[in-house]
Amino acid sequence: MEFSPNIVGFACQWCTYAGADLAGNLRCKYPPTVKLIKVPCSGRVEPEYVLDALSKGADGVFIGGCHFGDCHYKEGNYKTDRRMQLISKLIQEFGFEKERFRWEWISGAEGKKFAEVMTEYTEQLKKLGPNPVKEGK
Amino acid sequence: MADKIKFGFLLTGGCAGCEMAMVDLSENLLGALEHIEVVFWAPTVADVKYKDLEAMEDNSIDLAFVDGMVRLSEHEHMVKVLRAKSKVLVAFGACAALGGIPGMANVHPTGELFQQAYKDTFSTENPEDVYPQPEYLLDGKYNLTLPAFQDKVRTIQDLVDVDYFVGGCPPHHEFVAKAVELIISGNLPPKGSWLTSGKAVCDVCKRNPANENMERVPVEHVKRTVDGHPEEKGCLLQHGYLCLGPITQGDCGASCLNVNMPCRGCGGPIPGITDYGAKAVSAIGSILGSQEAVDELMEKFPTLSKLVYRYSLPASRLKSKA
Repeated sequence: MEFSPNIVGFACQWCTYAGADLAGNLRCKYPPTVKLIKVPCSGRVEPEYVLDALSKGADGVFIGGCHFGDCHYKEGNYKTDRRMQLISKLIQEFGFEKERFRWEWISGAEGKKFAEVMTEYTEQLKKLGPNPVKEGK
Repeated sequence: MADKIKFGFLLTGGCAGCEMAMVDLSENLLGALEHIEVVFWAPTVADVKYKDLEAMEDNSIDLAFVDGMVRLSEHEHMVKVLRAKSKVLVAFGACAALGGIPGMANVHPTGELFQQAYKDTFSTENPEDVYPQPEYLLDGKYNLTLPAFQDKVRTIQDLVDVDYFVGGCPPHHEFVAKAVELIISGNLPPKGSWLTSGKAVCDVCKRNPANENMERVPVEHVKRTVDGHPEEKGCLLQHGYLCLGPITQGDCGASCLNVNMPCRGCGGPIPGITDYGAKAVSAIGSILGSQEAVDELMEKFPTLSKLVYRYSLPASRLKSKA
């Protein structure tokens, strides 16, 4: 059976989650690999959640937030960006590939972009293979 | 008070600093000794062998402390035996509870560690490439053994059930006194708790800007302590020194901050934190004021995990694959 990655996604309720909604309304197609969790702000996503998902075998972790300047809480996404750069470095030091963790800015008007990002990310993870902590399971 | 509490103390992979912290109790320790009978204290105080501990009856020790992490097969064996012999087991100090400083080795493969320790250090001369072997047959008849070096540093909790945790490298003596008092009085918190106040270092830190009703300002420049002397006054985090005080247990009374050093997190996580390093990234990431500050941090701390997991790498959610 072909490997289908399991992506844990966090989406901010003001932008990316609305973008995912719009992708549905527009009948955009994207693979059913992402499990989307709605959060008040991408800045609410604790680095602990990312590590938790990876340590429990998620093949990829995705965070979606508003574009810079568009944050409902003014600067939540700047906070996300700074924290997540550090987390990205941290997981690489622990031996995880950089691609296992990705964050993007997708607005409520970008339904098409949401579908494209999910399709592309799924392809990328398919090439990368399963999360090493699963050890072939 | 009925019988004396039977007490055991085992040093595994540690530096004996935790034992020094016990001795630092001085007169308090003398007071405590009236209630405590030391039945096992190895290898620092009493000369006992594996078999002496193995010969004890199961659950015959009322209270046992372990300090140090698990790296050798010997540590693993002794911790498991001690667990079987003890009613209450306390992981004492940063190494036992979180992996401690030796835990930073987990981001390196074993070969690299051996190369550094037995070959590359400038004071080492090893032309024949001799490395420690767990077994060696001398003159064809003497079978010599050494404890085997394991792949990773592990915490005590990785191996056995731990009843209580005490942080600190080493635990601050006033705080050890509190823990000993708690144990003697029998007013213990639920199993699995840290025997701590639950307050953060910032809570007890004299430099905390909140004491002077000052607002938090973002950090524009990241500094290391090797770059110069931190200022005598004011919050070190606000000055750009990455201090882990906001997320670390402050039972030490902010003793590092009192002597101008940023907190490095030996006290262990404050309650509610599931991964110390991730929370450290969360705290540091939110205080950085610009992308330049992030770049500066990455440049000045090439191995980020050794900053945020200095005392707790083996206890991290992501076990290293290296």
